[in-house]
Amino acid sequence: MTSKKDFVKFDQVDKSYDGKVLVVKDLQLDIAEGEFITMLGPSGSGKTTCLMMLAGFETPTNGEIYLDGKAISSIPPHKRGIGMVFQNYALFPHMTVYENLAFPLRVRKIPKDEADKKIDKALSMVSLQGFAARMPGQLSGGQQQRVAVARSLVFDPQLVLMDEPLGALDKNLRESMQYEIKHIHESIGVTVVYVTHDQSEALTMSNRIAVFNDGKVQQLSSPDELYEKPVNSFVAEFIGENNTFGGEVSDISGGKCKVKLGNAEILANPISVKGKGERTTVSLRPERALINPSTKMDNLHKGKIEEVIYHGDHTRLRINLLGNPEFILKVPNSSSNLDIKLGNEINIGWNSDDARALDPK
Amino acid sequence: MSSETKQILTTDGIPLEVSLKKAERKNKIKAFLLVAPLLFFLIITYVFPIGDMLFRSVDDKMVTQMLPKTFKAMENWDGQDLPDEEVFAAFHEDFIKLVEDKREGKLSTQLNYTKNGFKSIIKKLRRASKKFEEGNYKEQIMSVHKRWADVEYWRAIQRRAPEFTGQKYLKGMDMYVNEEGKIVSVEEDRRIHRVLWLRTLEIAFFVTVFCFLMAYPIAHLLATLPMKYSNLLMICVLLPFWTSLLVRTASWMILLQQQGIVNDFFVGIGLVADDNRPEMMYNKTGSYVAMTQILLPFMVLPLYSVMKTISPSLMRAGKSLGGTPFIAFWKVYFPLTIPGIGAGCLLVFILAIGYYITPALVGGASGTLISNQIAFHMKSTLDWSFASAMGLMLLSGVLVIYWLYNKIVGIDNIKLG
Repeated sequence: MTSKKDFVKFDQVDKSYDGKVLVVKDLQLDIAEGEFITMLGPSGSGKTTCLMMLAGFETPTNGEIYLDGKAISSIPPHKRGIGMVFQNYALFPHMTVYENLAFPLRVRKIPKDEADKKIDKALSMVSLQGFAARMPGQLSGGQQQRVAVARSLVFDPQLVLMDEPLGALDKNLRESMQYEIKHIHESIGVTVVYVTHDQSEALTMSNRIAVFNDGKVQQLSSPDELYEKPVNSFVAEFIGENNTFGGEVSDISGGKCKVKLGNAEILANPISVKGKGERTTVSLRPERALINPSTKMDNLHKGKIEEVIYHGDHTRLRINLLGNPEFILKVPNSSSNLDIKLGNEINIGWNSDDARALDPK
Repeated sequence: MSSETKQILTTDGIPLEVSLKKAERKNKIKAFLLVAPLLFFLIITYVFPIGDMLFRSVDDKMVTQMLPKTFKAMENWDGQDLPDEEVFAAFHEDFIKLVEDKREGKLSTQLNYTKNGFKSIIKKLRRASKKFEEGNYKEQIMSVHKRWADVEYWRAIQRRAPEFTGQKYLKGMDMYVNEEGKIVSVEEDRRIHRVLWLRTLEIAFFVTVFCFLMAYPIAHLLATLPMKYSNLLMICVLLPFWTSLLVRTASWMILLQQQGIVNDFFVGIGLVADDNRPEMMYNKTGSYVAMTQILLPFMVLPLYSVMKTISPSLMRAGKSLGGTPFIAFWKVYFPLTIPGIGAGCLLVFILAIGYYITPALVGGASGTLISNQIAFHMKSTLDWSFASAMGLMLLSGVLVIYWLYNKIVGIDNIKLG
């Protein structure tokens, strides 16, 4: 299967609502065919605006959006053939589930028997056979959500947009729906553009994630790379948990740099620092730091346990380390032999590779 | 043991059910006391007047009580030829009593409603009766005036015998019970009420249609505009609502009269000639224009309250699924506004059907409605029972519409705000 690399293409797209503030700034984004891409960011970061421009409900102030090689800015929404799942489902409350699903097929004048087959298929895809005659008001939140997904797929669009579709569901339902949507995507190979502000949702579902902040894509990469290798301190801070040290680069050589924090010095991986004297924020994932490491690690410092929080499968320690009183450490609860007590001094070690020296906050 | 488990006791030994009732009774009494003022108010100002109106519209006791002996004697009369002496004697006896009480004038008015010509012959009878000799009243009464010898007039008296009558309702439909006791329509050129009923329905219907056509876009705009603009627009919609009805109607008179602002404007732009200004007032046009404007808020508000609850994402969903803006509107948005449309139309129609001041002021002769006729009978002819009958006919008309609406759309579907 040859899939197009730039099935959807945002080309230098700007968007402003009031002529004063740019909500989306110079957006450059290519989405490959069959990809599941997530736009992730805090509210007001411009991710939903991008989705609305793609759907056709907003027009770009500048730049152009291409769908399958065609510029679409001047095509009205109903001619774009893009499926969409809305935040609050947007099921038509006066129609049955069947009629909801038949709506996109009827406007396309698809004959009834063929439409019925498609509706059956779509309903079985979201395992809601037998619900066709119900009204949306008679369904639970999760079922309504699944109807909305089925409706967005029933007319076989090549592209489906999802705007925080799971936002209104409770945690357990949200998780099972995440897998369900992911499996549907895998089985039919449709391109999905998914918008969320929930990072764990983004990490579990996507092929690639575009992290939005301040109208710009901060980083576009696969979930693991995004987590392991954030390119700036916003992404490091936004995705997952993060320990930070603010300091100044005192030496940089051989793929490593020394960062001076007050009166101590740590070794770090220079990502966005170029030379001596630059301010930097060093980011380290909590699970990358170990207590009393058995193997040799090039950073080893003493810290004092300030707080112990029990979390069931693991215990979190808040440690005052090198002048940072908010240093978080995760200890799996199997290792009970460690000397974890409030006020104890412990040795903490980590590899300089995992400590990423990023832009200062 | 089993008897103990059947009845659950509270800690102080009272059966649970009893103590629950006791606890709830207080709340029930409180709740009742809270609504009691309104309940009594409703009974006094609503149930009682309507009941009285219903009674008045069919009440025909007056004549029955004025001529008790006559009607008793008439029970044996077949109504074919002139009644016997017995009836005349009874009538004379009743009449003398009325004359003593000075109530014979009322009798003449009442009988005159039934058949024209009673007024003068009763006056004559009063004067002649002073010189009547005892016995043979038939001859004596018949000699007063030739109409007393006409069997038609005696039949007319007999028709007033029942205590209750539906003739006012027939009159409201331009019908009456003729001499043979059949229900027939009055002559073509005397039918005024049917025309009025039809005109009332027509004007109410078209005012509803006009209100709907104008209110729908306004309500949609109100529901979709950002708050600061929609508030302003809402005030514009409500401003006439807060102005006195009379002031608004009067301002329409200023606008619509032949030398008025609208006509001046038409002449100014050359639409009509100065010596040929159209009449826009004292006819149906006046009623249409003024009533539509005055009733518009009653359509806007229910529509607005329904449209406010329709999520804009529904229209977007309709479009993203491939519906053109028109299909999205027609298949998705419009059906969801039906509760508001129903409420607004019902409200406007019911208000319009009983509208009074505006048509009275700007309607002229061809723009008055049935309510104006009711007022006319209340104030001018003082035929209150006829006014009551027409009022009840209007009320039952409204109830029929309400019932039809409930059958077609369902009343629980309605949303007033």
